[in-house]
Amino acid sequence: MVTKLPKVPVVVVGMGWAGGIVSAELTKAGISVVGLERGKDRTTADYTMGHDELRYQHRQELMQDLSKETITYRNTLSGKALPMRHYGTFIVGDGVGGAGSHWNGQTYRFLPYDFEIRTKTIERYGIEKIPAWMEGLEDWGITYDEMEPYYDTFEKMAGISGETVELWGKRTNPYPTPPLVKTPLMKEFEKAATSFGYKPFVIPAANLSEAYTNPDGISRGACQYCAYCENFGCEYGAKGDPAVTVIPVAKQTGKLDLRTHSNVVELTKSGGKANGVIYVDMLTGEKFEQPADVVVVASYVFNNSRLLLNSGIGTPYDPKTGKGTIGKNYCYQVTAGGSQLFFEDKEFNLYGGAGALGIEIAEYMGDNFDHAEVDFIHGAGIRSTQYGDRPIAVNRVPAGTPNWGAEFKEKSIKYANSNFPVKTQGASLPHKENYLDLDPEFKDEFGYPLLRMTYEYTDNDRALGKYMSKITRKFAEEIGADIIDTNEEQGPFNVNKDSNTHNTGGVIMGTDPEKSALNTYLQMWEAENVFVLGASAFPHNSCFNPTGTLGALSYRAAEGIQKYLKEGGLLVKA
Amino acid sequence: MSEQEKNNTVLDKRSSRRTFIKNSGLTVGGVVLGGALGSLLIKDDKSATTTKTHNHAATPKANPNVALMFFTPNQYQVTQAAVERIFPEDANGPGAKELNAAIYIDHQLAGPWGSNVKDYRLGAFYKAEENQGPQTKILRKDLFLAGLVSIDKYSNEQYEVDFKELEAAKQDEVLLSFSEGKVELYGKISSSQFFNLLRTLTIEGVYADPMYGGNNEMLGWSMRKYPGSRMQYVAEIQDEKFIQLEPQSLNSHMGH
Repeated sequence: MVTKLPKVPVVVVGMGWAGGIVSAELTKAGISVVGLERGKDRTTADYTMGHDELRYQHRQELMQDLSKETITYRNTLSGKALPMRHYGTFIVGDGVGGAGSHWNGQTYRFLPYDFEIRTKTIERYGIEKIPAWMEGLEDWGITYDEMEPYYDTFEKMAGISGETVELWGKRTNPYPTPPLVKTPLMKEFEKAATSFGYKPFVIPAANLSEAYTNPDGISRGACQYCAYCENFGCEYGAKGDPAVTVIPVAKQTGKLDLRTHSNVVELTKSGGKANGVIYVDMLTGEKFEQPADVVVVASYVFNNSRLLLNSGIGTPYDPKTGKGTIGKNYCYQVTAGGSQLFFEDKEFNLYGGAGALGIEIAEYMGDNFDHAEVDFIHGAGIRSTQYGDRPIAVNRVPAGTPNWGAEFKEKSIKYANSNFPVKTQGASLPHKENYLDLDPEFKDEFGYPLLRMTYEYTDNDRALGKYMSKITRKFAEEIGADIIDTNEEQGPFNVNKDSNTHNTGGVIMGTDPEKSALNTYLQMWEAENVFVLGASAFPHNSCFNPTGTLGALSYRAAEGIQKYLKEGGLLVKA
Repeated sequence: MSEQEKNNTVLDKRSSRRTFIKNSGLTVGGVVLGGALGSLLIKDDKSATTTKTHNHAATPKANPNVALMFFTPNQYQVTQAAVERIFPEDANGPGAKELNAAIYIDHQLAGPWGSNVKDYRLGAFYKAEENQGPQTKILRKDLFLAGLVSIDKYSNEQYEVDFKELEAAKQDEVLLSFSEGKVELYGKISSSQFFNLLRTLTIEGVYADPMYGGNNEMLGWSMRKYPGSRMQYVAEIQDEKFIQLEPQSLNSHMGH
């Protein structure tokens, strides 16, 4: 039995950054919003016992319960996808704040090159620089300069701490708060970078460098470098989190009807539009239908695609023909090419840190260097970070050391405070056969098909990783580590071992309804009252953490939704 | 800040635990500081605590957490022997056995994680490719028990003696065979799957907050100069020198 509820102007699926931003912007404009979140409500009080590595990081306290729903995974089209039965690679947030509660806080803008990647690549290198398998590589339909005001709004809302960097797009304003501190480890990187003539910068952070009051009047305290960011919530509220920024603002308006434990399983539709959503109360099992004028799908990369596919909204992508859009251009992040440094006689205070504490150079990002002689496009940030090394998770030992026993114990203790990495974070570009669809066999607890991921690293990724490994090696040698282990090869993707959780694509934006699911307001070409928000909208993933761009696009979508409520129709002509 | 002890002392490399505790700056007049039990007693009655802790090494004070909710005594002993080889006592300090990693494992396997309650368990269990992660139906608690049975069986086959009676080097050889998936475990389950569970649980038992039963007296943390659960490191992370802080557990956050 399904209880049908009265119609509302806007229903939002998922209360992370995307859903939180849209809810705040719409309710501030006087529009009533129903926010549906499958997990629980959260405040900073939930994190009083937050420095519990086992509970939060290794038992995934803030993550989606996989017994109810997971993804299935295969490396290639010909393989059989099997379920990710427990967490390994991806951590998928759950509850109010979503991934915006458990993230590290690294908050970048994408490069001007990213938004016009196809055009700019062809201009500089010719069409032959884009291999046939990368035919899905497209401009985003919006330029950096058009994105700039939305980035600015997001940064002011979250209070991003950072410094203006050359080799990037222009900024209308400096970051709202100064960069985080430079630790001795970061100074080692800085010295090496400067000696090579690079211009290192402190990574832009949603971990506040100082107390800050945002334009909505939300005041938050400064980061204490307690080292419990990724996988954890911030008890100080110093980390930008929807639960301490946009969601309280939306609640204050009295216009947000936030329903937690409400898991949306389907969108209903008729005549090329959505009527609303069906959701299940996860505590009681009761089913509800919530009709709405506008449906905002803002769950997560995986579930955004899955909800649309399970609801029959949009045309599923077919990797054989390249036609269709839902599930297209799934991209990840390339982190091969890092060097690990070990020191005999240096100790760093590695127990302290912050999720976005680090230093980086921009010289090898995007198209900031000449790719004429290399067999890849785009690039990577070269960086050293100090997140704070927690002892269950981080036991770095020189290559060749066993992972248990007397030698492991001795080395892992010896180097516990005497190591750091020079890492890469590389762009992930679309491959025709890397995509998302519905699994033909495995179901969630309600009987809906799971999302199936087909993904493998590409030739571009492997060449990029190899190239960057030479740069990180150069840094390590200049810094003067006693032992340097450089990872030169990008191995095959492993759903339980790879350690990055930046998932993008599947419901991508663009200018051509044949090639993209959304216009640049994240409005669906095939269902004008459905807006699909999140990193799922990225046509490719750049060499950055996705949240800054996700946040900026959410502000643009909020603008589009208000326009749509007034005028109706497609906001951009195809 | 006032209670934070800052020193750069290099730990004495002698293996005695008492020496380790003394030299790591964790004791004052024989009172073990920082441990949950020690702190509580100090709050109650300082003089009584001092008297009691003088006898600490001879007759360890009863820790109510050291009791079994899952293992039989024999299973517990085999586990103690196995974890000690994963993380043995050495010049740095105690091994996993003395750190109560086996108590930690007992408690974890008795709880929801031991029964895989947050894992996806629907649908058929097919043979997995290398990159797809384990696809076996067996629960962690049952995998662990099957592993313990198998460890003793294999030890008897190879050396005609139970695992816990073997000398350390032979125990290492047994565990190496398990880690390489060379031993028949149960059905089609690889011995490496059990070994990985044992290895993960041992490291957790050594380094998780002591409220979970392991990391006895926070000595796992002290050994690597990890300060545990403190609220801020604003000064420390900017300091060019290494600053060693006395560990604190989550217990220290009670009443905040």
